[in-house]
Amino acid sequence: MSQQPHMIGGLPPEAQPQLYLDGVSRAFDGFKAINNLSLVIERGELRAVIGPNGAGKTTMMDIITGKTRPDTGQVLWEQSVDLTMLDEADTAQLGIGRKFQKPTVFENHTVEDNLALALKGDRSPFAALFYRAAAKEAARIDELLGIIRLGDLRRRIAGSLSHGQKQWLEIGMLLAQDPQLLLVDEPAAGMTDAETMLTADLLKSIAGARSVIVVEHDMDFVRALDCKVTVLHQGSVLAEGRLDAVSAMPEVIEVYLGR
Amino acid sequence: MAASRLIDRRMGIFLAGLFVLTVAVPVGNLWIAGQPVPTYLVALIGKYLCYALLAVALDLVWGYCGILSLGHGAFFALGGYAMGMYLMREIGARGVYANPVLPDFMVFIGWKHLPWYWLGFDHFWLAAIMVVAVPGALAFVFGWFAFRSRVTGVYLSIITQAMTYALMLAFFRNEMGFGGNNGLTDFKDILGFDLASHETKVGLMMLSAVALAAGLLLARWITTSRLGKVLVCLRDAESRTRFLGYRVEHYKLFIFTVSAMMAGVAGALYVPQVGIINPSEFSTANSIEIVIWVALGGRGTLVGAALGAILVAGAKTLLTGWFPELWLFALGALFVLVTIALPNGVLGALEGGIGRLRRGTPTREAEA
Repeated sequence: MSQQPHMIGGLPPEAQPQLYLDGVSRAFDGFKAINNLSLVIERGELRAVIGPNGAGKTTMMDIITGKTRPDTGQVLWEQSVDLTMLDEADTAQLGIGRKFQKPTVFENHTVEDNLALALKGDRSPFAALFYRAAAKEAARIDELLGIIRLGDLRRRIAGSLSHGQKQWLEIGMLLAQDPQLLLVDEPAAGMTDAETMLTADLLKSIAGARSVIVVEHDMDFVRALDCKVTVLHQGSVLAEGRLDAVSAMPEVIEVYLGR
Repeated sequence: MAASRLIDRRMGIFLAGLFVLTVAVPVGNLWIAGQPVPTYLVALIGKYLCYALLAVALDLVWGYCGILSLGHGAFFALGGYAMGMYLMREIGARGVYANPVLPDFMVFIGWKHLPWYWLGFDHFWLAAIMVVAVPGALAFVFGWFAFRSRVTGVYLSIITQAMTYALMLAFFRNEMGFGGNNGLTDFKDILGFDLASHETKVGLMMLSAVALAAGLLLARWITTSRLGKVLVCLRDAESRTRFLGYRVEHYKLFIFTVSAMMAGVAGALYVPQVGIINPSEFSTANSIEIVIWVALGGRGTLVGAALGAILVAGAKTLLTGWFPELWLFALGALFVLVTIALPNGVLGALEGGIGRLRRGTPTREAEA
């Protein structure tokens, strides 16, 4: 139980990993979606997770965000918080942001309101009932609108945005949350080539100050991220390393190109 | 500033209309010779206003938060029973059995003592607290379990329906001590005012109008606050809201409880005006009718819900008078028609029509 944290417990705090998964398994009706998965994400790291359909990428993110509880294994946040005991709202308040594969924004609210509602702050109903907009928050929203290039559309209803614009708005909402770790599920899906490259640049610029895990299928996009890659297969890690090294490994080629 | 947030154009027009009604009805009933507004109509309007408040309560949870409650009649009935208990105690020794403490139905079934839960209901203030506390507590406990277990959609609707049905069966039992299937009735007066007098009926109707206006403004204050925006968020994208760190179940619990309390107030004002409360108020059909009011008036508009309640209840009074056996068919047809032809309800159609007339173009403006 306590042997694993002890192993890295002697490191200074800044060198301790942001996220630490060890021996995590989760089965659904006998099917092992995640099977003895171990993964370490350093502070400020950008990590791409690739793998064929059914490799367990979404379940992994569900476990990190508290949506799904693992059957066995350890999930530690900053070496101290046991994420398996928390739910989605807890992990979000702790500093884990999650971007869905299908862009999900609040379609009946304006772009501006979408960002305002995502801004870090007291999430209790009573705080919301008596909430008054503050100048500091307005400035932060302006800044975010600049980053996601939606400044001209701030008063538009989010439901009327294009697919790519919604993806960007959702990324903006995650940034508004000011998370320590971002989980991003296939951000390039449905984007044009130009948008894909802009998104890769955006994610690279976000990493450093925050840790980012990107799940992606698009190899050009992963190449553009230029970071360490983890290959998942049948619920556990098949390979880890630079994209060029990983994609040259025979077992990875076999999984990707079929048996 | 604050006024414009609470009172937009549709709210302003509705409140103005309500104000005219609350002045015109008393004047027509009490002060103009020949009584152009008969007293039965005063009580009828008062009843419709209570329904309108109930519809606003349902619109808060359904229109803004996506919780389709098919059990809101239960909260209305519980508020009504709390008021009914006070009115029963107020009868005192004037009952058929002239028992100064026990209501007639308890003497009739041979009870010797007042059950503990009837104690204190001779005080109006206690009854007034219970009118909101009992529905609020039930909604809180029910919602606590339902929302924490993430019961949503049609499953939630079904258990709300089961809740009101179970309460109906319970209240039918004489041993419950609420008068069994006869319910509570034969009320004499409220706070010393004779319930049979014109003045009291007018007063109750005016009070109902004030309660409706207050309920509308409260609902508007909530829905225009940040909390109201979060409610729309979780209605449209619940998991996105969770992953942003909002405790969705707390928000649902808050609005469900507030709504139940509002329904309780509506029930409490309804009972002295109709003179009876019995377990049929818990019937599932009643709760479904509330949903029809809101859908027909315009879901998520508050004013539309109130308007829908008044329109449907008015139509029901007329139609059940003319062709009693046709009412349910008419109600069903109305619901189907509105769903197909007026997806935004009567209010949406009205505003759309006025907008088209203004612009002079027949095309529908999609973005607004």
